[in-house]
Amino acid sequence: MAALNIKKGSSRKSAYDLRDPNADVIERHTLAVIVDNEPGVLARVIGLFSGRGYNIDSLTVAEVDHTGHQSRITIVTTGTPAVIVQIKAQLGRIVPVHQVHDLTVEGFAVERELALLKVAGLGEKRVEALRLADIFRANVVDSTLQSFIFEITGSPEKVDAFADLMRPLGLVEIARTGVAALSRGGEA
Amino acid sequence: MVVQALKDQGVDTVFGYPGGAVLPIYDEIFQQNDIRHILVRHEQGAVHAAEGYARSTGKPGVVLVTSGPAATNAVTGLTDALMDSIPIVVLTGQVPTFMIGTDGFQEADTVGITRPCTKHNWLVKDTNMLADTIHQAFHVATTGRPGPTLVDIPKDVQFATGTYIPPQKARTSHYQPQKKGDILAITALVEMMEEAEQPIFYTGGGVINSGPGASQLLRELVDATGFPITSTLMGLGAYPASGDKWLGMLGMHGLYEANMAMHDCDLMINIGARFDDRITGRIDSFSPGSKKAHIDIDASSINKVIHVDLAILGDVGFVLEDLLRIWKSRGRKTNKEGLKAWWAQIEQWRAIDCLSYNNSEKIIKPQYALQRLEELTKGMDRYITTEVGQHQMWAAQYLGFEDPNRWMTSGGLGTMGYGLPASNGVQIAHPDALVINVAGDASIMMNIQEISTAVQFRLPVKQFILNNERLGMVRQWQQLLHGERYSQSWTESLPDFPKMAEAFGCKGRTVKDPADLDDAIREMIEYDGPFLLEVLVEKHENCFPMIPSGEPHNKMLLGDATATDAIKGDGAVLV
Ligand SMILES: Cc1ncc(C[n+]2csc(CCOP(=O)(O)OP(=O)(O)O)c2C)c(N)n1
Ligand SMILES: [Mg+2]
Repeated sequence: MAALNIKKGSSRKSAYDLRDPNADVIERHTLAVIVDNEPGVLARVIGLFSGRGYNIDSLTVAEVDHTGHQSRITIVTTGTPAVIVQIKAQLGRIVPVHQVHDLTVEGFAVERELALLKVAGLGEKRVEALRLADIFRANVVDSTLQSFIFEITGSPEKVDAFADLMRPLGLVEIARTGVAALSRGGEA
Repeated sequence: MVVQALKDQGVDTVFGYPGGAVLPIYDEIFQQNDIRHILVRHEQGAVHAAEGYARSTGKPGVVLVTSGPAATNAVTGLTDALMDSIPIVVLTGQVPTFMIGTDGFQEADTVGITRPCTKHNWLVKDTNMLADTIHQAFHVATTGRPGPTLVDIPKDVQFATGTYIPPQKARTSHYQPQKKGDILAITALVEMMEEAEQPIFYTGGGVINSGPGASQLLRELVDATGFPITSTLMGLGAYPASGDKWLGMLGMHGLYEANMAMHDCDLMINIGARFDDRITGRIDSFSPGSKKAHIDIDASSINKVIHVDLAILGDVGFVLEDLLRIWKSRGRKTNKEGLKAWWAQIEQWRAIDCLSYNNSEKIIKPQYALQRLEELTKGMDRYITTEVGQHQMWAAQYLGFEDPNRWMTSGGLGTMGYGLPASNGVQIAHPDALVINVAGDASIMMNIQEISTAVQFRLPVKQFILNNERLGMVRQWQQLLHGERYSQSWTESLPDFPKMAEAFGCKGRTVKDPADLDDAIREMIEYDGPFLLEVLVEKHENCFPMIPSGEPHNKMLLGDATATDAIKGDGAVLV
């Protein structure tokens, strides 16, 4: 096929032979969806995921453009490559959706999550928690004689690691924001 | 303001039913004569009627109903229109804004309930936004892949005064799906077409939705290339049934030659169809040797079910125009020798005569009833609607459609109760045409009250009931899958249909002797008013050919098959 780069072997044979050998591989993708900030738009996006059986690992949403009434929804999802393509096409079909960016394929993206962790303990454990917080660059945002609340920002993996360390030291509660992400470089 | 917005959108008919939360709009309707209001008997009927209107005209159908139970009654129709890509605009009344959320009388979360069954919906909280929102609703319903939209209007918003915005001044929506296909991709398809030995066009409802121009281009393309063509249930009429390249419908109850050609082709050109499971049968052995190209306006339809080699995103009409132009400019090449052998093979499949059946002189076979209906009405200005079941499939097999927009059936959702109200909607749009609903005894009971609408508006619609006193399609599946245990698939205590029709003010007749059938059909056609013809047919007839679920195209059951327990293994869990 001269005009388009259609894979060789597709000339006589079925597309099945061209199926992605990675069809069963589960991938994790971070999608940024720019939407009109109108009532129900989040329900529409979530309804799409639940209605069609897609996964949501993390979801954050906030208005990012007050004058243009636009919000940015960041979704971390997992699925086979074909499912990921389907998710993007289905999102693109929602009327108030302006753009769907797949930050995972559009090059490296910066992903950050903020978490608050309440850790209660006395003595050695309390000191150890503080020491580890320092290593993870977590800030103490509240403190009593028996407890701390730490604020940590970083990749979801970093937050996971910090939470795992805090667990034996008296982790009481954790609140996470979910992932916010931007692609690197000068373009939107 | 609502009525003004509808007028400015070119609306001439509204299907509806009044209630407390829409009285201000009904008051507006009372005080004007430009828009005709068709009072239905159930809100589901209003939506199906609007679908019939839309599908037979290409214009959006409009529905006006009240809040709460009226909105929930509309849900089936909305889902039907979403599945079959029918442009519908539904206006619902809502409790006043200050009462929303209080479980007020006849309050329902209409936008919440209808969010998954509309293409888009809006709750209007400000009268100044009302006209603009209605214009957006028309834009979204009719642009790209068509579908239903809904505007929920609280009663206080209806009463308040605000500024009217005409359609020209409405906000331009960013929702503008791409219409032109990528020229490189289209050229690649032309190259494939030039080489293909066993090509086939597989067309769907997208051709019809793209407008009459698309059907015209399709005809030109098929006739110029000499490629065989088949179509889904939704696409019937885009290419004429009398055309010699026509293989008939494909799919679960499609024709042998169509399904075999799909299975054995080396190039499949999908134009505005969506690889629905009724079409593909077993996915992993669907047309195993072919390259597949897919033209569709909806990116999410591409590579959803079947992986294709070449995708062309765009409106069928625009893409076909470019396709024809490029194919012609490159010298109108096809693989003549390959095609000749291909057609010879197809003729062999055709010779099987898969629609043949054992006729009877004593009892009317449903296939025979449809053959006679076809014979006695073909060439007329005729529109057909159907209900859902065996009769629907037989109608698709035995009736011929020469033009688009003449065949209205519930394909994606398979909604029993669609046909009668849809026939009303079609007749409203085409007052002088012959409109026939091919119905089953069970389906027609689901919206039978709509006969009353036909009588009120003097719609000369014809109800052609193939009465087998069974949920025939269910009975067939129980025979195939459940060892002939016919659980609840009898329709006992059926009404005396002609008497019931007469009680509504509609003429009725029953026919059961094959010798009287022609006379009965003629009486139905010639009668100047609504008519119900009950045809008592063979009760145990099965609909063939049939691809049992879980099987590929080349494992079709033909008419003489022993059907008992034909569905087994993995196929048993499929519907
Ligand atoms: C609303 C709805 N309920 C149930 C079904 C399942 N169903 C499909 S066909 C059918 C039987 C239809 O019987 P009838 O209208 O008499 O048609 P026949 O198959 O006998 O021609 C049923 C129950 C459906 N399609 N729609
Ligand atoms: Mg029946």
